[in-house]
Amino acid sequence: MTGAELLFFILAGLLIVSSLLVVFQRNVVYSAVALVAALFFIAVLFFTLHAPMVGVLQILVYAGAIMVLFLFVIMFLNPTALEPRRSFWWGLGSGAALLLAVALVLFLSNGLPSPELAAGTDSFGSPRELAKSLFTDFVLAFEIASVLLLVAIVGAVVLAKRER
Amino acid sequence: MVSLEHYLILSAVIFAIGIVGVLIRRNLIVVLMSVELMLNAVNLTFVAFSSFRGSMDGQVVVFFVMAVAAAEAVIGLAIIIAVFRHRQSLDPQEMQLLKW
Repeated sequence: MTGAELLFFILAGLLIVSSLLVVFQRNVVYSAVALVAALFFIAVLFFTLHAPMVGVLQILVYAGAIMVLFLFVIMFLNPTALEPRRSFWWGLGSGAALLLAVALVLFLSNGLPSPELAAGTDSFGSPRELAKSLFTDFVLAFEIASVLLLVAIVGAVVLAKRER
Repeated sequence: MVSLEHYLILSAVIFAIGIVGVLIRRNLIVVLMSVELMLNAVNLTFVAFSSFRGSMDGQVVVFFVMAVAAAEAVIGLAIIIAVFRHRQSLDPQEMQLLKW
């Protein structure tokens, strides 16, 4: 087993464990901290896939900004009551998701061609390459994303404003 | 050598775990966090395909997914705050009325 494989399997194990903690932890703050860990592991997986820029963005935007927002709302609302366990929905939901996971794994593990890693050059995944693609092929989507973010800001302010 | 299938299967498993969270949790904040987990699983698929095919398009799409996820989180949390002010509860099963 090579070093890259070892790194991948360690990261995959940690990622799955922290994802399970997000879902099955009854305390909301623990769930949020587990989600931060999961996002960090995904960022490291991005680095192993020759996508350093996306990995850095993942840490900055997700593990930084979005998770701070989640923790802020959790502390702001301070929901003290732990949710009750419900055996029926737990069993049904877990069963359905397990079925989906098995189907996806069976579908993905055979039938797809498995190419070699094509990202060989040093500049692949660099900010320069990302920006070149972003501002040529995807420039319209980029502008629309800025409008979307503006709408989200205004909408959040209006929704969270205290009614008088 | 870690193959494309490894990454795809890992992201399928993470996606399924996110679905479990959306289906069984009765706390709106955790449901929203599970949706973030599902978005990240798809992001991993995009980056894996991008690297294995040698094209930057997948990584650019991840960039947009992050922007949309940020907007979604902001709006979702604002709605949660507004709902909590009215009902003093985060349980989605108690939100059945169109008008309070």
